[in-house]
Amino acid sequence: MLYSEKVMDHFEHPRNVGVIEDADGVGEVGNPVCGDIMKMYLKIENDIITDVKFTTFGCGSAIATSSMATELIKGKTIQEALELSNKAVVEALDGLPKRKIHCSVLAEEAIKAALVDYYKRHNLELPVEIRDFNPDADDIDESLPMED
Amino acid sequence: MRVYADNAATTYMTKSVMDAFVDALQNFNGNPNSLHTDGQVTQEKLDECRARVAKAINAQYPDEIIFTSGGSEADNQALLSAARGLKKKGKKHLISLNIEHHAILHTLKKLEKEGFEVTLLAPEANGIVSVDKVRDAMRDDTALVSIMFANNEMGAIQPIPEIGALCRERGILFHTDAVQAVAHVPIDVQAMKIDMLSSSAHKFHGPKGVGFLYARRGIRLVNVIEGGAQEKGKRAGTVNVPGIVGMTVALEEGVANLDENMKKTIALRDRLIAGLSDIPHAKLNGDPIKRLPGNVNYSFEGVEGESLLLKLDLNGICCSSGSACTSESLDPSHVLMGMGVPVEAAHGSLRFSLNEENTEEQVDYIIEKVHEIVNYYRSISPFWEELEKGEREHVI
Repeated sequence: MLYSEKVMDHFEHPRNVGVIEDADGVGEVGNPVCGDIMKMYLKIENDIITDVKFTTFGCGSAIATSSMATELIKGKTIQEALELSNKAVVEALDGLPKRKIHCSVLAEEAIKAALVDYYKRHNLELPVEIRDFNPDADDIDESLPMED
Repeated sequence: MRVYADNAATTYMTKSVMDAFVDALQNFNGNPNSLHTDGQVTQEKLDECRARVAKAINAQYPDEIIFTSGGSEADNQALLSAARGLKKKGKKHLISLNIEHHAILHTLKKLEKEGFEVTLLAPEANGIVSVDKVRDAMRDDTALVSIMFANNEMGAIQPIPEIGALCRERGILFHTDAVQAVAHVPIDVQAMKIDMLSSSAHKFHGPKGVGFLYARRGIRLVNVIEGGAQEKGKRAGTVNVPGIVGMTVALEEGVANLDENMKKTIALRDRLIAGLSDIPHAKLNGDPIKRLPGNVNYSFEGVEGESLLLKLDLNGICCSSGSACTSESLDPSHVLMGMGVPVEAAHGSLRFSLNEENTEEQVDYIIEKVHEIVNYYRSISPFWEELEKGEREHVI
Protein backbone atom coordinates (compact mmCIF):
# COMPACT_ATOMS: atom_id res chain seq x y z
CA MET A 1 0.00 0.00 0.00
CA LEU A 2 1.03 3.56 -0.67
CA TYR A 3 0.22 4.69 2.88
CA SER A 4 0.75 3.19 6.33
CA GLU A 5 -2.25 2.11 8.42
CA LYS A 6 -1.80 5.16 10.63
CA VAL A 7 -1.90 7.51 7.64
CA MET A 8 -5.05 5.83 6.37
CA ASP A 9 -6.60 5.98 9.84
CA HIS A 10 -5.98 9.73 10.10
CA PHE A 11 -7.14 10.22 6.52
CA GLU A 12 -10.35 8.30 7.11
CA HIS A 13 -11.01 9.69 10.59
CA PRO A 14 -9.23 13.03 10.78
CA ARG A 15 -8.97 14.42 14.31
CA ASN A 16 -9.71 18.05 15.16
CA VAL A 17 -11.24 19.04 11.83
CA GLY A 18 -12.99 22.37 11.75
CA VAL A 19 -12.74 26.03 12.59
CA ILE A 20 -12.33 27.88 15.89
CA GLU A 21 -14.35 31.08 15.51
CA ASP A 22 -12.62 32.91 18.41
CA ALA A 23 -9.15 31.48 17.78
CA ASP A 24 -6.13 33.17 19.35
CA GLY A 25 -3.97 32.38 16.34
CA VAL A 26 -4.71 31.33 12.75
CA GLY A 27 -2.14 30.27 10.17
CA GLU A 28 -2.44 29.27 6.54
CA VAL A 29 0.25 27.83 4.28
CA GLY A 30 0.38 26.35 0.77
CA ASN A 31 -1.46 27.37 -2.39
CA PRO A 32 -4.00 25.92 -4.81
CA VAL A 33 -1.52 25.69 -7.70
CA CYS A 34 0.63 23.26 -5.72
CA GLY A 35 -2.48 21.43 -4.68
CA ASP A 36 -2.22 21.79 -0.88
CA ILE A 37 -3.46 24.43 1.55
CA MET A 38 -3.51 23.95 5.33
CA LYS A 39 -5.13 26.25 7.82
CA MET A 40 -4.62 25.88 11.58
CA TYR A 41 -6.66 27.49 14.37
CA LEU A 42 -5.26 27.67 17.92
CA LYS A 43 -6.91 28.44 21.22
CA ILE A 44 -4.26 29.33 23.79
CA GLU A 45 -4.66 29.85 27.54
CA ASN A 46 -1.74 30.38 29.93
CA ASP A 47 0.75 29.26 27.31
CA ILE A 48 -1.15 26.00 26.82
CA ILE A 49 -2.76 25.04 23.50
CA THR A 50 -6.18 24.20 24.87
CA ASP A 51 -7.79 23.62 21.48
CA VAL A 52 -6.65 23.22 17.90
CA LYS A 53 -8.59 22.72 14.67
CA PHE A 54 -7.62 22.50 11.04
CA THR A 55 -9.01 22.65 7.54
CA THR A 56 -7.02 21.24 4.63
CA PHE A 57 -7.25 21.21 0.86
CA GLY A 58 -4.97 18.46 -0.35
CA CYS A 59 -4.24 14.80 -0.83
CA GLY A 60 -4.63 11.95 1.63
CA SER A 61 -1.30 12.56 3.29
CA ALA A 62 -1.97 16.31 3.58
CA ILE A 63 -5.12 15.53 5.56
CA ALA A 64 -3.40 12.84 7.65
CA THR A 65 -0.39 15.04 8.50
CA SER A 66 -2.65 17.94 9.48
CA SER A 67 -4.66 15.62 11.71
CA MET A 68 -1.59 14.09 13.34
CA ALA A 69 0.05 17.48 13.86
CA THR A 70 -3.02 18.75 15.74
CA GLU A 71 -2.96 15.67 17.97
CA LEU A 72 0.70 16.19 18.74
CA ILE A 73 0.22 19.76 20.00
CA LYS A 74 -3.19 19.63 21.65
CA GLY A 75 -2.85 20.23 25.40
CA LYS A 76 0.85 20.96 25.00
CA THR A 77 2.72 24.15 25.81
CA ILE A 78 3.52 26.76 23.20
CA GLN A 79 7.17 25.81 23.58
CA GLU A 80 6.38 22.19 22.74
CA ALA A 81 4.37 23.27 19.70
CA LEU A 82 7.26 25.47 18.55
CA GLU A 83 9.55 22.48 18.76
CA LEU A 84 7.27 20.17 16.76
CA SER A 85 9.16 19.11 13.65
CA ASN A 86 7.83 17.60 10.45
CA LYS A 87 10.04 14.64 11.29
CA ALA A 88 8.03 13.98 14.44
CA VAL A 89 4.81 14.08 12.40
CA VAL A 90 6.22 11.63 9.84
CA GLU A 91 7.40 9.28 12.59
CA ALA A 92 4.09 9.43 14.40
CA LEU A 93 2.43 8.36 11.14
CA ASP A 94 4.85 5.42 10.69
CA GLY A 95 6.45 7.07 7.65
CA LEU A 96 5.31 8.71 4.45
CA PRO A 97 6.21 8.06 0.79
CA LYS A 98 9.15 10.23 -0.25
CA ARG A 99 7.15 12.49 -2.52
CA LYS A 100 4.66 13.16 0.30
CA ILE A 101 7.19 14.43 2.84
CA HIS A 102 6.36 17.99 1.81
CA CYS A 103 2.91 17.47 3.38
CA SER A 104 4.52 17.03 6.79
CA VAL A 105 6.60 20.16 6.20
CA LEU A 106 3.37 21.99 5.45
CA ALA A 107 1.78 20.73 8.69
CA GLU A 108 4.74 21.97 10.76
CA GLU A 109 4.62 25.30 8.96
CA ALA A 110 0.87 25.70 9.43
CA ILE A 111 1.35 25.42 13.21
CA LYS A 112 4.25 27.86 13.15
CA ALA A 113 2.20 30.28 11.03
CA ALA A 114 -0.64 30.11 13.55
CA LEU A 115 1.81 30.77 16.39
CA VAL A 116 3.31 33.74 14.54
CA ASP A 117 -0.24 35.08 14.22
CA TYR A 118 -0.81 34.54 17.96
CA TYR A 119 2.31 36.46 18.93
CA LYS A 120 1.54 39.27 16.51
CA ARG A 121 -2.06 39.62 17.70
CA HIS A 122 -0.86 39.93 21.27
CA ASN A 123 1.99 42.25 20.36
CA LEU A 124 4.48 39.83 21.84
CA GLU A 125 8.04 39.38 20.75
CA LEU A 126 8.41 36.39 18.41
CA PRO A 127 10.37 33.53 20.01
CA VAL A 128 13.58 32.50 18.33
CA GLU A 129 12.01 29.41 16.69
CA ILE A 130 9.71 31.52 14.50
CA ARG A 131 11.54 34.84 14.35
CA ASP A 132 12.64 34.17 10.78
CA PHE A 133 9.66 32.02 9.86
CA ASN A 134 9.42 31.71 6.12
CA PRO A 135 7.01 29.03 4.93
CA ASP A 136 8.17 29.31 1.33
CA ALA A 137 11.66 28.05 2.16
CA ASP A 138 12.14 24.47 1.09
CA ASP A 139 14.17 22.42 3.53
CA ILE A 140 13.37 18.75 3.44
CA ASP A 141 15.26 16.58 5.88
CA GLU A 142 16.58 13.68 3.83
CA SER A 143 17.29 11.63 6.97
CA LEU A 144 13.57 11.01 7.56
CA PRO A 145 12.05 7.54 7.50
CA MET A 146 10.97 7.78 3.89
CA GLU A 147 9.81 5.10 1.55
CA ASP A 148 10.80 5.34 -2.09
CA MET B 1 -21.18 -1.97 -2.96
CA ARG B 2 -18.02 -2.53 -4.99
CA VAL B 3 -17.79 -0.68 -8.29
CA TYR B 4 -14.87 -1.08 -10.66
CA ALA B 5 -14.84 2.09 -12.75
CA ASP B 6 -11.21 2.18 -13.86
CA ASN B 7 -11.41 0.22 -17.11
CA ALA B 8 -9.15 2.71 -18.88
CA ALA B 9 -6.39 1.65 -16.48
CA THR B 10 -7.09 -2.00 -17.05
CA THR B 11 -10.03 -4.33 -17.58
CA TYR B 12 -10.85 -7.70 -16.12
CA MET B 13 -10.56 -10.70 -18.42
CA THR B 14 -13.87 -12.27 -19.35
CA LYS B 15 -14.51 -15.96 -18.64
CA SER B 16 -14.12 -16.92 -22.28
CA VAL B 17 -10.80 -15.04 -22.53
CA MET B 18 -9.50 -16.71 -19.39
CA ASP B 19 -10.63 -20.11 -20.69
CA ALA B 20 -8.83 -19.53 -24.00
CA PHE B 21 -5.74 -18.35 -22.14
CA VAL B 22 -5.64 -21.42 -19.91
CA ASP B 23 -6.40 -23.70 -22.85
CA ALA B 24 -3.41 -22.23 -24.70
CA LEU B 25 -1.19 -22.83 -21.65
CA GLN B 26 -2.15 -26.49 -21.80
CA ASN B 27 -2.49 -27.18 -25.50
CA PHE B 28 -0.23 -24.70 -27.27
CA ASN B 29 2.83 -24.85 -25.09
CA GLY B 30 5.36 -25.71 -27.80
CA ASN B 31 7.75 -23.05 -29.00
CA PRO B 32 6.40 -21.98 -32.40
CA ASN B 33 9.99 -21.88 -33.65
CA SER B 34 10.45 -25.61 -32.95
CA LEU B 35 10.12 -27.96 -35.87
CA HIS B 36 8.49 -30.78 -33.92
CA THR B 37 4.77 -31.33 -33.66
CA ASP B 38 4.26 -29.41 -30.41
CA GLY B 39 6.01 -26.42 -31.94
CA GLN B 40 4.20 -26.56 -35.25
CA VAL B 41 0.76 -26.89 -33.64
CA THR B 42 1.53 -23.71 -31.76
CA GLN B 43 2.83 -22.02 -34.90
CA GLU B 44 -0.43 -22.78 -36.65
CA LYS B 45 -2.38 -21.35 -33.72
CA LEU B 46 -0.25 -18.23 -33.91
CA ASP B 47 -0.90 -17.84 -37.65
CA GLU B 48 -4.59 -18.28 -37.02
CA CYS B 49 -4.55 -15.59 -34.29
CA ARG B 50 -2.66 -13.18 -36.55
CA ALA B 51 -5.28 -13.59 -39.25
CA ARG B 52 -8.13 -13.13 -36.78
CA VAL B 53 -6.57 -9.99 -35.28
CA ALA B 54 -5.98 -8.57 -38.78
CA LYS B 55 -9.62 -9.22 -39.69
CA ALA B 56 -10.89 -7.52 -36.51
CA ILE B 57 -9.38 -4.17 -37.55
CA ASN B 58 -9.85 -4.87 -41.28
CA ALA B 59 -6.16 -5.04 -42.09
CA GLN B 60 -5.59 -6.33 -45.60
CA TYR B 61 -2.97 -8.98 -44.73
CA PRO B 62 -2.26 -10.99 -41.57
CA ASP B 63 1.45 -10.21 -41.85
CA GLU B 64 0.64 -6.57 -41.17
CA ILE B 65 0.20 -7.55 -37.50
CA ILE B 66 3.27 -7.71 -35.24
CA PHE B 67 2.65 -9.06 -31.75
CA THR B 68 4.27 -7.01 -29.00
CA SER B 69 4.39 -6.87 -25.22
CA GLY B 70 1.71 -4.19 -25.24
CA GLY B 71 0.80 -0.68 -26.31
CA SER B 72 3.97 1.05 -25.16
CA GLU B 73 6.23 -1.24 -27.16
CA ALA B 74 4.01 -0.87 -30.22
CA ASP B 75 4.13 2.93 -29.88
CA ASN B 76 7.91 2.90 -29.51
CA GLN B 77 8.36 0.66 -32.53
CA ALA B 78 5.99 2.64 -34.74
CA LEU B 79 7.65 5.96 -34.05
CA LEU B 80 11.23 4.72 -34.21
CA SER B 81 10.51 2.85 -37.45
CA ALA B 82 8.87 5.77 -39.21
CA ALA B 83 11.46 8.28 -38.08
CA ARG B 84 14.61 6.28 -38.70
CA GLY B 85 13.28 4.82 -41.94
CA LEU B 86 12.50 8.20 -43.45
CA LYS B 87 15.54 10.02 -42.13
CA LYS B 88 17.48 8.59 -45.06
CA LYS B 89 15.07 10.38 -47.37
CA GLY B 90 15.78 13.68 -45.64
CA LYS B 91 12.58 13.71 -43.66
CA LYS B 92 13.17 14.83 -40.13
CA HIS B 93 9.92 16.38 -38.93
CA LEU B 94 7.36 14.66 -36.73
CA ILE B 95 3.88 15.86 -35.74
CA SER B 96 1.97 14.74 -32.67
CA LEU B 97 -0.20 16.04 -29.81
CA ASN B 98 0.79 17.37 -26.40
CA ILE B 99 -1.87 15.13 -24.80
CA GLU B 100 -0.46 11.84 -26.08
CA HIS B 101 0.48 8.97 -23.79
CA HIS B 102 4.04 9.09 -22.43
CA ALA B 103 4.92 6.07 -24.61
CA ILE B 104 4.61 8.53 -27.51
CA LEU B 105 5.89 11.70 -25.83
CA HIS B 106 9.02 10.10 -24.35
CA THR B 107 9.87 8.36 -27.65
CA LEU B 108 9.50 11.70 -29.45
CA LYS B 109 11.89 13.26 -26.89
CA LYS B 110 14.39 10.52 -27.70
CA LEU B 111 14.01 11.19 -31.44
CA GLU B 112 14.47 14.89 -30.83
CA LYS B 113 17.86 14.08 -29.32
CA GLU B 114 18.64 12.16 -32.51
CA GLY B 115 18.05 15.33 -34.50
CA PHE B 116 14.37 15.16 -35.41
CA GLU B 117 12.16 18.20 -35.12
CA VAL B 118 8.92 17.59 -33.28
CA THR B 119 5.77 19.70 -33.49
CA LEU B 120 3.40 18.99 -30.61
CA LEU B 121 -0.03 20.39 -31.36
CA ALA B 122 -2.48 21.34 -28.62
CA PRO B 123 -6.10 20.29 -28.95
CA GLU B 124 -9.00 22.70 -28.71
CA ALA B 125 -10.71 23.20 -25.33
CA ASN B 126 -12.84 20.07 -25.95
CA GLY B 127 -9.69 17.93 -26.20
CA ILE B 128 -9.95 17.43 -29.98
CA VAL B 129 -7.31 18.69 -32.38
CA SER B 130 -8.45 20.65 -35.40
CA VAL B 131 -7.62 19.01 -38.72
CA ASP B 132 -6.63 22.44 -40.05
CA LYS B 133 -4.00 22.69 -37.34
CA VAL B 134 -2.57 19.34 -38.42
CA ARG B 135 -2.58 20.45 -42.07
CA ASP B 136 -0.87 23.73 -41.22
CA ALA B 137 1.85 21.91 -39.28
CA MET B 138 2.76 19.66 -42.24
CA ARG B 139 6.03 20.38 -44.02
CA ASP B 140 7.78 18.90 -47.02
CA ASP B 141 10.10 17.07 -44.65
CA THR B 142 7.37 15.71 -42.37
CA ALA B 143 7.98 11.99 -41.89
CA LEU B 144 5.13 11.07 -39.60
CA VAL B 145 1.93 12.23 -37.99
CA SER B 146 1.14 10.33 -34.78
CA ILE B 147 -2.21 11.18 -33.25
CA MET B 148 -3.98 9.08 -30.67
CA PHE B 149 -7.35 7.60 -31.57
CA ALA B 150 -8.88 8.51 -28.22
CA ASN B 151 -7.40 10.05 -25.13
CA ASN B 152 -6.90 7.82 -22.12
CA GLU B 153 -7.67 10.47 -19.52
CA MET B 154 -10.53 12.57 -20.83
CA GLY B 155 -11.76 10.29 -23.60
CA ALA B 156 -11.93 12.73 -26.52
CA ILE B 157 -11.93 10.96 -29.88
CA GLN B 158 -9.72 12.54 -32.52
CA PRO B 159 -10.82 13.01 -36.17
CA ILE B 160 -8.86 9.95 -37.29
CA PRO B 161 -10.43 9.33 -40.77
CA GLU B 162 -9.94 13.01 -41.70
CA ILE B 163 -6.32 13.04 -40.52
CA GLY B 164 -5.72 9.68 -42.24
CA ALA B 165 -7.04 11.02 -45.54
CA LEU B 166 -4.97 14.18 -45.19
CA CYS B 167 -1.77 12.25 -44.50
CA ARG B 168 -2.36 9.84 -47.39
CA GLU B 169 -2.94 12.80 -49.73
CA ARG B 170 0.29 14.43 -48.58
CA GLY B 171 2.32 11.21 -48.63
CA ILE B 172 3.02 11.35 -44.89
CA LEU B 173 2.93 8.25 -42.69
CA PHE B 174 0.12 8.19 -40.17
CA HIS B 175 0.30 6.32 -36.86
CA THR B 176 -2.39 6.21 -34.22
CA ASP B 177 -2.09 5.05 -30.63
CA ALA B 178 -5.43 3.26 -30.43
CA VAL B 179 -4.86 1.63 -27.05
CA GLN B 180 -8.07 3.09 -25.59
CA ALA B 181 -10.10 2.71 -28.77
CA VAL B 182 -9.61 -0.82 -30.09
CA ALA B 183 -12.69 -2.96 -29.37
CA HIS B 184 -14.40 0.09 -27.86
CA VAL B 185 -15.22 2.11 -31.01
CA PRO B 186 -15.36 0.99 -34.66
CA ILE B 187 -11.93 0.80 -36.31
CA ASP B 188 -11.19 0.02 -39.94
CA VAL B 189 -7.54 0.67 -40.74
CA GLN B 190 -8.10 0.61 -44.49
CA ALA B 191 -11.14 2.90 -44.58
CA MET B 192 -9.53 5.26 -42.05
CA LYS B 193 -6.25 5.29 -44.01
CA ILE B 194 -4.23 4.36 -40.95
CA ASP B 195 -0.65 3.26 -41.74
CA MET B 196 0.27 2.12 -38.24
CA LEU B 197 -1.80 1.42 -35.17
CA SER B 198 -0.88 0.42 -31.60
CA SER B 199 -3.08 -1.69 -29.37
CA SER B 200 -2.95 -3.32 -25.95
CA ALA B 201 -4.96 -6.41 -24.97
CA HIS B 202 -5.66 -5.64 -21.31
CA LYS B 203 -7.66 -2.57 -22.25
CA PHE B 204 -10.32 -4.74 -23.87
CA HIS B 205 -10.64 -7.70 -21.47
CA GLY B 206 -7.49 -9.38 -22.76
CA PRO B 207 -4.47 -10.42 -20.70
CA LYS B 208 -1.69 -8.06 -19.62
CA GLY B 209 1.73 -8.06 -21.26
CA VAL B 210 0.51 -8.45 -24.81
CA GLY B 211 -0.52 -6.14 -27.63
CA PHE B 212 0.06 -5.61 -31.29
CA LEU B 213 1.32 -3.16 -33.85
CA TYR B 214 -0.43 -2.92 -37.18
CA ALA B 215 1.93 -1.70 -39.89
CA ARG B 216 0.72 -1.50 -43.47
CA ARG B 217 2.69 -3.60 -45.95
CA GLY B 218 5.63 -1.71 -47.32
CA ILE B 219 6.47 0.03 -44.05
CA ARG B 220 9.89 -1.09 -42.88
CA LEU B 221 9.96 -1.72 -39.17
CA VAL B 222 13.06 -1.35 -37.04
CA ASN B 223 13.51 -3.55 -34.01
CA VAL B 224 12.98 -2.34 -30.49
CA ILE B 225 14.03 -5.75 -29.19
CA GLU B 226 16.96 -7.41 -30.93
CA GLY B 227 17.56 -11.13 -30.97
CA GLY B 228 15.95 -14.08 -32.71
CA ALA B 229 13.96 -14.00 -35.92
CA GLN B 230 10.47 -14.09 -34.42
CA GLU B 231 7.79 -11.86 -35.95
CA LYS B 232 9.57 -11.75 -39.33
CA GLY B 233 12.71 -10.67 -37.53
CA LYS B 234 11.07 -7.48 -36.32
CA ARG B 235 10.45 -8.44 -32.72
CA ALA B 236 12.78 -10.87 -31.01
CA GLY B 237 11.81 -13.05 -28.09
CA THR B 238 9.77 -16.23 -27.77
CA VAL B 239 6.22 -15.31 -28.62
CA ASN B 240 3.69 -14.93 -25.78
CA VAL B 241 1.29 -17.54 -27.17
CA PRO B 242 -1.30 -17.72 -24.35
CA GLY B 243 -1.38 -13.93 -24.21
CA ILE B 244 -1.92 -13.71 -27.95
CA VAL B 245 -4.64 -16.37 -27.89
CA GLY B 246 -6.41 -14.54 -25.03
CA MET B 247 -6.06 -11.21 -26.84
CA THR B 248 -7.48 -12.65 -30.04
CA VAL B 249 -10.58 -13.97 -28.27
CA ALA B 250 -11.03 -10.69 -26.37
CA LEU B 251 -10.67 -8.65 -29.54
CA GLU B 252 -13.15 -10.74 -31.49
CA GLU B 253 -15.64 -10.62 -28.63
CA GLY B 254 -15.25 -6.88 -28.34
CA VAL B 255 -15.72 -6.31 -32.05
CA ALA B 256 -18.66 -8.72 -32.32
CA ASN B 257 -20.48 -7.00 -29.44
CA LEU B 258 -19.31 -3.49 -30.27
CA ASP B 259 -22.66 -1.92 -31.16
CA GLU B 260 -24.44 -3.42 -28.19
CA ASN B 261 -21.63 -2.61 -25.74
CA MET B 262 -21.29 0.94 -27.03
CA LYS B 263 -25.01 1.57 -26.67
CA LYS B 264 -25.07 0.23 -23.14
CA THR B 265 -21.86 1.95 -22.00
CA ILE B 266 -22.77 5.30 -23.54
CA ALA B 267 -26.11 5.21 -21.68
CA LEU B 268 -24.24 4.56 -18.39
CA ARG B 269 -21.69 7.27 -19.16
CA ASP B 270 -24.35 9.85 -19.93
CA ARG B 271 -26.28 8.87 -16.83
CA LEU B 272 -23.15 9.52 -14.75
CA ILE B 273 -22.41 12.83 -16.50
CA ALA B 274 -26.01 13.98 -15.96
CA GLY B 275 -25.92 12.85 -12.34
CA LEU B 276 -22.80 14.91 -11.58
CA SER B 277 -23.95 17.99 -13.49
CA ASP B 278 -25.75 19.58 -10.51
CA ILE B 279 -22.53 19.87 -8.48
CA PRO B 280 -21.61 23.56 -8.54
CA HIS B 281 -18.20 24.68 -9.80
CA ALA B 282 -17.52 21.35 -11.44
CA LYS B 283 -17.23 20.45 -15.09
CA LEU B 284 -16.81 17.63 -17.57
CA ASN B 285 -13.41 17.57 -19.27
CA GLY B 286 -13.35 16.60 -22.94
CA ASP B 287 -15.99 16.68 -25.65
CA PRO B 288 -19.38 15.52 -24.31
CA ILE B 289 -20.27 13.54 -27.44
CA LYS B 290 -17.09 12.68 -29.33
CA ARG B 291 -15.71 10.72 -26.41
CA LEU B 292 -15.04 7.11 -25.47
CA PRO B 293 -18.23 5.25 -24.55
CA GLY B 294 -17.17 4.72 -20.92
CA ASN B 295 -15.14 7.83 -20.10
CA VAL B 296 -16.26 10.44 -17.56
CA ASN B 297 -13.57 12.92 -16.54
CA TYR B 298 -14.80 15.56 -14.14
CA SER B 299 -13.09 18.44 -12.33
CA PHE B 300 -14.35 19.62 -8.94
CA GLU B 301 -13.08 22.97 -7.79
CA GLY B 302 -11.83 23.47 -4.25
CA VAL B 303 -10.99 19.81 -3.61
CA GLU B 304 -8.02 17.62 -4.45
CA GLY B 305 -8.31 14.50 -6.58
CA GLU B 306 -6.22 12.06 -4.58
CA SER B 307 -8.26 12.51 -1.40
CA LEU B 308 -11.47 12.07 -3.43
CA LEU B 309 -10.05 8.92 -5.02
CA LEU B 310 -8.95 7.41 -1.68
CA LYS B 311 -12.29 8.16 -0.06
CA LEU B 312 -14.17 6.68 -3.01
CA ASP B 313 -11.99 3.60 -2.72
CA LEU B 314 -12.92 3.31 0.98
CA ASN B 315 -16.51 3.30 -0.28
CA GLY B 316 -15.77 0.51 -2.75
CA ILE B 317 -15.41 2.63 -5.89
CA CYS B 318 -12.25 2.31 -8.03
CA CYS B 319 -11.42 5.26 -10.28
CA SER B 320 -8.39 7.48 -11.02
CA SER B 321 -7.36 11.11 -10.84
CA GLY B 322 -5.30 13.63 -12.78
CA SER B 323 -4.12 15.24 -9.58
CA ALA B 324 -0.39 15.84 -9.12
CA CYS B 325 -0.57 13.84 -5.91
CA THR B 326 -1.46 10.69 -7.80
CA SER B 327 1.47 11.07 -10.15
CA GLU B 328 5.19 10.69 -9.62
CA SER B 329 5.76 14.32 -10.50
CA LEU B 330 4.68 17.54 -8.84
CA ASP B 331 2.57 18.51 -11.85
CA PRO B 332 -1.01 17.52 -12.46
CA SER B 333 -2.08 15.66 -15.61
CA HIS B 334 -0.27 16.82 -18.75
CA VAL B 335 -3.42 15.97 -20.67
CA LEU B 336 -5.72 18.30 -18.76
CA MET B 337 -3.05 21.01 -18.68
CA GLY B 338 -2.39 20.45 -22.40
CA MET B 339 -6.01 21.18 -23.28
CA GLY B 340 -6.05 24.33 -21.20
CA VAL B 341 -7.76 23.13 -18.01
CA PRO B 342 -6.63 25.48 -15.19
CA VAL B 343 -4.17 23.87 -12.79
CA GLU B 344 -6.55 24.10 -9.80
CA ALA B 345 -9.22 22.26 -11.78
CA ALA B 346 -6.72 19.62 -12.91
CA HIS B 347 -5.78 18.92 -9.27
CA GLY B 348 -9.43 18.26 -8.49
CA SER B 349 -10.14 15.84 -11.34
CA LEU B 350 -11.50 12.32 -11.30
CA ARG B 351 -11.73 9.83 -14.15
CA PHE B 352 -14.35 7.12 -14.17
CA SER B 353 -14.05 4.61 -17.01
CA LEU B 354 -17.09 2.39 -17.26
CA ASN B 355 -17.79 -0.57 -19.46
CA GLU B 356 -20.69 -2.81 -20.40
CA GLU B 357 -20.35 -4.78 -17.18
CA ASN B 358 -21.27 -1.79 -15.02
CA THR B 359 -24.90 -1.25 -14.05
CA GLU B 360 -27.26 1.69 -13.56
CA GLU B 361 -27.36 0.88 -9.88
CA GLN B 362 -23.55 1.20 -9.70
CA VAL B 363 -23.63 4.50 -11.59
CA ASP B 364 -26.27 5.85 -9.18
CA TYR B 365 -24.08 4.76 -6.28
CA ILE B 366 -21.09 6.63 -7.80
CA ILE B 367 -23.27 9.74 -8.22
CA GLU B 368 -24.43 9.56 -4.59
CA LYS B 369 -20.93 9.01 -3.20
CA VAL B 370 -19.27 11.70 -5.34
CA HIS B 371 -21.82 14.27 -4.12
CA GLU B 372 -21.26 13.23 -0.52
CA ILE B 373 -17.47 13.16 -0.75
CA VAL B 374 -17.03 16.37 -2.75
CA ASN B 375 -19.32 18.14 -0.27
CA TYR B 376 -17.37 16.77 2.68
CA TYR B 377 -13.95 17.75 1.34
CA ARG B 378 -15.23 21.16 0.33
CA SER B 379 -16.51 21.62 3.88
CA ILE B 380 -12.98 21.08 5.27
CA SER B 381 -11.14 22.89 2.44
CA PRO B 382 -9.69 26.34 3.18
CA PHE B 383 -9.40 26.78 -0.60
CA TRP B 384 -13.15 26.26 -1.04
CA GLU B 385 -13.85 28.60 1.89
CA GLU B 386 -11.80 31.33 0.18
CA LEU B 387 -13.56 30.72 -3.15
CA GLU B 388 -16.94 30.99 -1.48
CA LYS B 389 -15.96 34.18 0.37
CA GLY B 390 -14.75 35.68 -2.90
CA GLU B 391 -11.15 35.87 -1.66
CA ARG B 392 -10.12 33.75 -4.65
CA GLU B 393 -11.69 33.58 -8.08
CA HIS B 394 -13.53 30.53 -9.29
CA VAL B 395 -12.00 29.02 -12.42
CA ILE B 396 -14.97 26.74 -13.10
